[in-house]
Amino acid sequence: MSRRRHSDDSDAGQPHKRRRTSEPSEIEERLESLICRVGEKSNSSLESNLEGLAGVLEADLPNYKSKILRILCTVARLLPEKLTVYTTLVGLLNARNYNFGGEFVEAMIRQLKECLKVNMYNEAVHLVRFLSDLVNCHVIAAPSMVAMFENFVSVTQEEDVPQVRCDWYMFAFLSSLPWVGKELYEKKDAEMDRLLSQAESYLKRRQKIHVPMLQVWTADKPHPQEEYLDCLWSQIQKLKKDRWQERHILRPYLAFDSVLCEALQHNLPPFTPPPHNEDSVYPMPRVIFRMFDYTDDPEGPVMPGSHSVERFVIEENLHCIIKSHWKERKTCAAQLLSYPGNNKIPLNYHIVEVIFAELFQLPSPPHIEVMYTTLLIELCKLQPGSLPQVLAQATEMLYMRLDTMNTTCVDRFINWFSHHLSNFQFRWSWEDWSDCLTQDLEKPKPKFVREVLEKCMRLSYHQRIIDIVPASFSVLSPANPVCIYKYGDESNRSLPGYTVALCLTIAIKNKASNDEIFSILKDVPNPNQDDDDGEGFTFNPLKIEVFVQTLLHLAAKSFSHSFSALAKFHEVFKTLAESDEGKLHVLRVVYEVWKNHPQMIAVLVDKMIRTQIVDCAAVANWIFSSELAHDFTRFYIWEILHSTIRKMNKHVLKIHKELEETKARLARQHKRRDSDDDDDDDDRSTDREDGPLEEQIERLQEKVESAQSEQKNLFLVIFQRFIMLLTEHLVRCETGGIDVFTPWYKSCIERLQQIFLQHHQIIQQYMVTLENLLFTAELDHHILAVFQQFCALQA
Amino acid sequence: VSAAAAMSFGGTLSILRSDSYAELSQYRDQHFRGTRYDQERLLRKSCTLYVGNLSFYTTEEQIHELFGKSGDIKKVIMGLDKVKKTACGFCFVEYYARGDAENAMRYINGTRLDDRIIRTDWDAGFKEGRQYGRGRSGGQVRDEYRQDYDAGRGGYGKTVQCQ
Repeated sequence: MSRRRHSDDSDAGQPHKRRRTSEPSEIEERLESLICRVGEKSNSSLESNLEGLAGVLEADLPNYKSKILRILCTVARLLPEKLTVYTTLVGLLNARNYNFGGEFVEAMIRQLKECLKVNMYNEAVHLVRFLSDLVNCHVIAAPSMVAMFENFVSVTQEEDVPQVRCDWYMFAFLSSLPWVGKELYEKKDAEMDRLLSQAESYLKRRQKIHVPMLQVWTADKPHPQEEYLDCLWSQIQKLKKDRWQERHILRPYLAFDSVLCEALQHNLPPFTPPPHNEDSVYPMPRVIFRMFDYTDDPEGPVMPGSHSVERFVIEENLHCIIKSHWKERKTCAAQLLSYPGNNKIPLNYHIVEVIFAELFQLPSPPHIEVMYTTLLIELCKLQPGSLPQVLAQATEMLYMRLDTMNTTCVDRFINWFSHHLSNFQFRWSWEDWSDCLTQDLEKPKPKFVREVLEKCMRLSYHQRIIDIVPASFSVLSPANPVCIYKYGDESNRSLPGYTVALCLTIAIKNKASNDEIFSILKDVPNPNQDDDDGEGFTFNPLKIEVFVQTLLHLAAKSFSHSFSALAKFHEVFKTLAESDEGKLHVLRVVYEVWKNHPQMIAVLVDKMIRTQIVDCAAVANWIFSSELAHDFTRFYIWEILHSTIRKMNKHVLKIHKELEETKARLARQHKRRDSDDDDDDDDRSTDREDGPLEEQIERLQEKVESAQSEQKNLFLVIFQRFIMLLTEHLVRCETGGIDVFTPWYKSCIERLQQIFLQHHQIIQQYMVTLENLLFTAELDHHILAVFQQFCALQA
Repeated sequence: VSAAAAMSFGGTLSILRSDSYAELSQYRDQHFRGTRYDQERLLRKSCTLYVGNLSFYTTEEQIHELFGKSGDIKKVIMGLDKVKKTACGFCFVEYYARGDAENAMRYINGTRLDDRIIRTDWDAGFKEGRQYGRGRSGGQVRDEYRQDYDAGRGGYGKTVQCQ
């Protein structure tokens, strides 16, 4: 281990940071560290640590008050899993210093207003909950908290506002009640009853069209996938029935009751919810994911029921822990496993359920998918005697319920399971799943196993997969990923283009140039020659066939070989694929050659888009083409389509960013000029200076518009093709009198939903066009329902 | 929005900023042309990762599949034995975006590929010649002096083999 040797820099003359850190910032770091660490494993009790810390902070108040305020406000916002630890701390400080308590409350209100202004609604909920728990610590007077909640609930009476706005205020109120319901009810029961009855009537009248789109399973058994507010309401109702007795939350302030009840309380200033405006973006609705109940761990502690408030609190805290520590997988795993109360609840089950809840969350998981795989592996390492069994149990349960699982969630299950297995030598009791062997291959269970095996193969190699599954599973094993070269065999010599293919092969092996390739290809006849479309028949499918087949075959050895081939003969590709039909045909031939190796198809399509051999619309049309109908429900097809859409989106963002940066440069230039020469009235020279930048801005503006137009067109093409495909199916079923809900149909309609969900922010821009052009009232109601559910998400 | 907004009220907490998996390691390439400062500057904005402890049989395709889980890959360059020009157990993975490389450091580093725990580290950027092993026999230095038997890496270390 070598330390950085600053003396090595003597030749470069680089400045090194040898400035001493100033004392105040050292103290601030220490204060922050002290505050953040309170509540962690310690030799002393939590109470004595809190008492000690309160003493330290009180002593530092004269000199570091604003810093302490800032740190406490920040932990309130960002460490909600330690809510009650910090409310107790604030309670102790308020008891010692009333003014400080008042200033803290003011600072919190300021912070809450800021959060709401910038759409940080998730953090705002934590602040509201913190304030409400301060009632328990005698910092805030109960009546003033009730008044704030009254203002929150009255938002549900506002007119012409999105439902998601009212939802948030309702959620902020209801989700604080596990902490403060008892106290508020004791002090102001009439007001609370009124609030709760207003809540009930709001929840009854709000629309829930969006719910089916967000559910992981379409079936209600064994666990209903409840809308999050409905579930919370049931939990609060049960809490009220239990006379607000809540026994799970750790309440350190109870130990300090004698000190705290001597403290003077503050009244919250009247809080007016900031009005709705155009820029407001509220959180999306959610569905509560449940996969376990108390019957799943009969020997351990009882799992709190789905409508118990304990379940709510546990899940909230576990989600918060993941949110705090997602970058540090070991810390995250350790923090999850040391969640307090872990001998009274089946913690492993809660953790696994919460992790899968995030992994399967629609529209998207809160964090990158691979994080969850690695987190689960860390958890298995820390609890090798118990967690792997829970995980196996979970996997089994998920497999059993595949028939009703949302296709997008099945994708994630496939990715997770195959990646997980690759870390454990692919050991699994495949025979337990032999039931899927007797089913139609398009049914969810055999389909799942096939896709998992294909992904497992990608992480290893073909023979490995053959070896790890029982012989009976061979029908589900992936194909050997070999290339199919139609001109390979002497027996194919009667095929048109065969001789040219041979010529090309020799030429390419002899390092021919693009020009030489062109001249060899000149000899290829055009089967379309008769129907000359007058555009100078640039499209010659046979030329494309011969060239692409031969080149891909020669470069089949690895991805790098194929990429080199695409690069070397880029010119030929561009010319052959100039027209839209050319692009489509190139994609077709790639598929023909590599249909056994979907991974290769995906990377080739990616490269061809990036090097502009094909465009995104061509890929979309190819995916919906009849040649691909056989593979239409395979996972890799949708990976390709979504990857294509993402590239398009990133492209638009990139150019937009360039435009903004250039505009900023121009603005800086103006600013410099204005500050430099106030006396210079020579407008002509300033125009000249601006010229090149202004031109650049104009060009970039055009580029942005053209890219945005291409992006919109891509989505329209995709939606159009979906509508055509689904309508065909629906009509066929209707006239034939067969049931619409085939496995293909379920897959297809959920893939359409997936497009909406995965790219919802972009698609929001096209709502008017979609409504007027594509998703009109004449459309079959099955298809229209998807659009309506999507509209309901931010309504 | 949230990063800018976070700055407006006192930022975040250092315990939440902790990102140890994505930090620079102690390793510095001794063959790097430039100062330590230059190298570190490049490492801090690099989108390229060095990947080590691969099996000699691990393919570009496997690497692409695994590392593709943290984002779109720009290029994979297999490490080669300088003499034999065959895979010798390391590679470079270059992403288009640094954030994707960071996620690989956080979630793929220290997990298994071909049943082996692989290790990733920041790389200052591929330069021609760096795809070759620097051991005297042509492979990686670590395989020159290795005493143990590793079936995925040519068996015993080179010096042991020559005994």
